[in-house]
Amino acid sequence: MASSCRRPEHSAPPDVFYNEEEAKKYSQNSRMIEIQTQMSERAVELLSLPEGQPCFLLDVGCGSGLSGDYLSEEGHYWVGVDISTAMLDVALDREVEGDLVLGDMGHGMPFRPGTFDGCVSISALQWLCNADKRTHSPPKRLYTFFSTLYSCLSRGSRAVFQLYPENSEQLELITTQAMKAGFSGGMVVDYPNSAKAKKFFLCLFAGVAGVLPKGLGSETSDKAVPNQVQYSGQRCRFRNMKGKSLKKGRDWILEKKERRRRQGREVRADTKYTGRKRRPHF
Amino acid sequence: MKLLTHNMLTSHVKGVTKGYPLLIKATEVKVNEVEFNPQFVSRMIPKLEWGALVHAAEELGHRQDLPGELVQDFEKNEDFLKKVHRVLLEVEVIEGCLQCPESGREFPISKGIPNMLLNEDEV
Repeated sequence: MASSCRRPEHSAPPDVFYNEEEAKKYSQNSRMIEIQTQMSERAVELLSLPEGQPCFLLDVGCGSGLSGDYLSEEGHYWVGVDISTAMLDVALDREVEGDLVLGDMGHGMPFRPGTFDGCVSISALQWLCNADKRTHSPPKRLYTFFSTLYSCLSRGSRAVFQLYPENSEQLELITTQAMKAGFSGGMVVDYPNSAKAKKFFLCLFAGVAGVLPKGLGSETSDKAVPNQVQYSGQRCRFRNMKGKSLKKGRDWILEKKERRRRQGREVRADTKYTGRKRRPHF
Repeated sequence: MKLLTHNMLTSHVKGVTKGYPLLIKATEVKVNEVEFNPQFVSRMIPKLEWGALVHAAEELGHRQDLPGELVQDFEKNEDFLKKVHRVLLEVEVIEGCLQCPESGREFPISKGIPNMLLNEDEV
């Protein structure tokens, strides 16, 4: 049980899990608020909305409206859908600017075709992959959600979902159902080399096919020519033959800094002083 | 619930083909002041179902002198945009219910939030 309790969707259905107590965390815990806001910022960036134009957006799983606050800040108008009344009550208390609707993603989105200029969703999609009632079938619910979402988005718009996938099968199920509903696009992974900062975004295009943006911190992983060994003019030293640099050496430090940079951490720039000893002055 | 949202909402009960527009049976209506954004309003007007909006505003008693037909060249007509802005974003239904025109199913509205949850046999 211990391992499965780490994932909230294993403990209870979303309308039960997000009770008053859990909802309160989303208005008081500053760390939670910060992470949610950061993820919304990135999601909006991935939406790549036309600049300087107020858009009408859909926020699926809006909860207490933290992501919506960021949308309002950017000058957009939004409608939020959530299944938890406790979370929506918190949103009312916080006096969010968007309009709120109580609804279940798996029942489909009850909007007219072509309504929204985009859709964001922060940490909500994985809840659809669980069957909480006897009648629930995750593939069917996912398909209903994606097909109704596709119709209520205007052509050429995008939908960005931040999610915590449990395993690769789950991710595949989600993407196949989205493709079946007519979307194109795929996954964007930010900081793929870091266990902590790694974030999954499902980026879907309705209508026209776009170019999938790159995940943050993943630029170094794909070098010039794939499927080919990188040619290097440098002679390989004997002691470096095992693949790793000598510990505490300048190369080792540079490699370590590079690794941390790929993980998206803050690292000082490389200078001529990098890896030098601090000798005692006399 | 703002009338902009109402204009976009449809009934998604199983078997219903159109389910639009939802009838509003309001018991409490409030007018909230919202900042006027002419760019957004004129962008939204082509997307609106004009007849449904006028009808909904009349039901709530906030139609004032909103014309029954869409005005030509509304982008430059700030007076008109202000009227539309008022109806779209400022008038809010707090308590009441929405009724599906086809199946007669009622979706209750409480504290300004319409409850669009379906029973398992309606999915």
